[in-house]
Amino acid sequence: MIKRPISRRGLIKTAGVVGAGLAAPHLFIRSANAYFNEPKGGTVTLGFNVPQSGPYADEGADELRAYELAVEHLNGGGDGGMLNTFSSKALKGNGILGKKVEFVTGDTQTKSDAARASAKSMIEKDGAIMITGGSSSGVAVAVQSLCQEAGVIFMAGLTHSNDTTGKDKKANGFRHFFNGYMSAAALAPVLKNAYGTDRKAYHLTADYTWGWTQQESIAAATEAMGWETVNNVLTPLAATDFSAYITPVLQSDADVLVLNHYGGNMVNSLTNAVQFGLRDRMVNGKNFEIIVPLYSRLMAKGAGENVKGIFGSTNWHWSLEDEGSVAFVQSFGKKYGFPPSQAAHTCYVQTLLYADAVERGGSFNPCSVVEALEGFEFDGLGNGPTLYRAEDHQCFKDVLVVKGKENPTSEFDLLEIVEVTPAAQVTYPPDHPMFAGGDLGTCNPGA
Amino acid sequence: MLGLNKRDTLLFAIVIAITLLAPIILNPFPVASDLAQFNAGYPDLMQRFVIFGIFAIGFNILFGLTGYLSFGHAAFLGVGSYAGVWMMKLLTMNVVPAIIVSVIFAGLFSLLVGFISLRRSGIYFSILTLAFAQMSFSLAYSVLTPITNGETGLQLSLNDPRILGVSQTADGSIPMTNFFGIAMRDGFELSMGGWLFTFNAGYYLCAAILLIAFYVSIRIFRSPFGVMLKAVKSNQQRMLYTGLNPRPYTLAAFVISGMYAGLAGGLMVAMDPLAGAERMQWTASGEVVLMTILGGTGTLIGPILGSGVIKYFENIFSKINDNILHDWFAFLPDGLEDFVVAIVYPFVGKGWHLTLGIVFMLVVIFLPGGIVEGGQRIAGLFKRKPPEDKNKTAAASAPSAAE
Repeated sequence: MIKRPISRRGLIKTAGVVGAGLAAPHLFIRSANAYFNEPKGGTVTLGFNVPQSGPYADEGADELRAYELAVEHLNGGGDGGMLNTFSSKALKGNGILGKKVEFVTGDTQTKSDAARASAKSMIEKDGAIMITGGSSSGVAVAVQSLCQEAGVIFMAGLTHSNDTTGKDKKANGFRHFFNGYMSAAALAPVLKNAYGTDRKAYHLTADYTWGWTQQESIAAATEAMGWETVNNVLTPLAATDFSAYITPVLQSDADVLVLNHYGGNMVNSLTNAVQFGLRDRMVNGKNFEIIVPLYSRLMAKGAGENVKGIFGSTNWHWSLEDEGSVAFVQSFGKKYGFPPSQAAHTCYVQTLLYADAVERGGSFNPCSVVEALEGFEFDGLGNGPTLYRAEDHQCFKDVLVVKGKENPTSEFDLLEIVEVTPAAQVTYPPDHPMFAGGDLGTCNPGA
Repeated sequence: MLGLNKRDTLLFAIVIAITLLAPIILNPFPVASDLAQFNAGYPDLMQRFVIFGIFAIGFNILFGLTGYLSFGHAAFLGVGSYAGVWMMKLLTMNVVPAIIVSVIFAGLFSLLVGFISLRRSGIYFSILTLAFAQMSFSLAYSVLTPITNGETGLQLSLNDPRILGVSQTADGSIPMTNFFGIAMRDGFELSMGGWLFTFNAGYYLCAAILLIAFYVSIRIFRSPFGVMLKAVKSNQQRMLYTGLNPRPYTLAAFVISGMYAGLAGGLMVAMDPLAGAERMQWTASGEVVLMTILGGTGTLIGPILGSGVIKYFENIFSKINDNILHDWFAFLPDGLEDFVVAIVYPFVGKGWHLTLGIVFMLVVIFLPGGIVEGGQRIAGLFKRKPPEDKNKTAAASAPSAAE
């Protein structure tokens, strides 16, 4: 080691340097654009950040397909899909503001760290002006706050936690997908009719923001109609075998099992539950029931026979008969040979909504996009009339309550729609306790 | 100079030059060209190169010098990260206190883990550290959710009770991490012809710290303390018989490398204020082992090179998707194009682990001394040596832990 005592002169020098640093705060300047990553030249780059590995990889793959389809339609390729049914006619099929749409992809790995790294590289290296995607609320929350800091728009993909547009909402982030509260509000009346008001529920919950808020929502809604919540057990997201969590259910006096799981987690936990004979059980003189509050066709496919007769809710389903859904299913089916999932739908719609907002606002500037999307009412994108609420950047639209089909006619026809819950019934005030504690802040253009 | 011998001074000078010029060296291709895909000179990746370089240098002080293989170093990095974010939430957005506290917390935690784990050596030591790291991961992931925010990751919010500084800026956003007013995101871009170079303030802070960390590591390697550590590696029994107790030395090395890991963790949150539990997982601990071995265990520069290679694969190769491949091979006839893409695709994009695995195997089998040995062999090809020296140099270079 160097043995050199600190001299007085050295100390004064150091103090001087530090002082100069304090006195001149913004020594560096960023490039003099009006906003960050302003697209120059004839193209604009969007960043699609989806899980390509981990428990939500199936959803991620389907999201990517939808994004590619959306880009094709925006650039005027294919049959135009929902561009033809969308109530706003700003998009002409010549890219966005005349710029050809290009995209880069990244793998979130369903991990906050990895998702942020991948989003950062898309923003910094590839100059992405908008980041979208994700199939986990943990990731959505993390990437949303990154986009807020960096000054780009985040169009959330599949994220169902109340927090995304609740306590963790951000001005630069928007969510089309529905949330845990809406699932609970839509499911509760259906469950009441089917299973009565005297039930004891046991919850298995994925241990992160989505699981927590969905469990809270479902428990509150079912308790309001007389059910009792016996227990809530948190399970790690990375778990693949749920036998150890199912056994205690058998020993409790619960007669309903609520699986707050999604994707690969739900496929495994439901399969385990059925293997343990839960569905053939009689408890308290009632037939034991299983509920999966958030459902998707991909999960139903993964779980196979086991989903028959199980209730859940979903954002969208390909069997819907409205004009927008038919057009989307048709062009997706033509390109890939099978119908899209709800994850694909929400991602496709989000891309269109972003492009439309840029077109209407006349600029890629995030603040202009935010202004164009806030309070925007639209139709023709598969969910009926929809509102992008200005207070929390959440879409309000009808929610579907679905059930696993008893006699599926094809490998895609796995869910049947039990009820379409109108938007009014699932709407809540922006300061609802389950969503309180956050603040949008102001839009950040990054420059 | 600076108490270094001539060779080390040269090495240090090279490292200084590379780190300072990295934004230029890493962006060799013009932005518009197809090869721009392989440019790595953007702030996030450059910061990662340097931060993981520091992590690997620290790991090498333990593994390279004493031979104790720890499989739990990611835990210290994670502890450092969480401490850093909490510092920013509670005290100030200036990164200096956050980094200092990260190092202190990681040091204390490594003292505890090291005190227990170092009662055993060899495989038992590795298993103990692995167990500690997995325990910390599980704690961070679920039990300690109020402190770590579990799977979602600990982040800043708009209503943090920051003592020095504001909870939110005048325009209602979270203040940026800064170094005495210089925001870590800030920097400037230099456009020259078709090339674009980004000089980022955060990167240069990390680079400066890397240089200090590297210098300290050279001094440790060359100090009497370093020689003691090498003695532990070569024969602990003999050391005991001569009346020296190796335990204080190994524990000191363990704590120092834990503090390096904490420093890396603190820098990570200084650049991007979010701490996720995944960075404590055993895969993250395994990664630093790979970095060190790939670069060259026990060498000074090896760990930095190894971390660079792995981070490059992780961030650049993983982003080559099938569309890009189709673009590249578009000149081939259709059938052949699909065939070539089908062959190459498993090795890039999602399959980058596969490529990395193959590279790692090749290095371990043919270059047990890592990339550094590869470099030495290439250098050896161009150097003319008197024939009688051959045996001597071969014997000296093989088991040496020094260079």
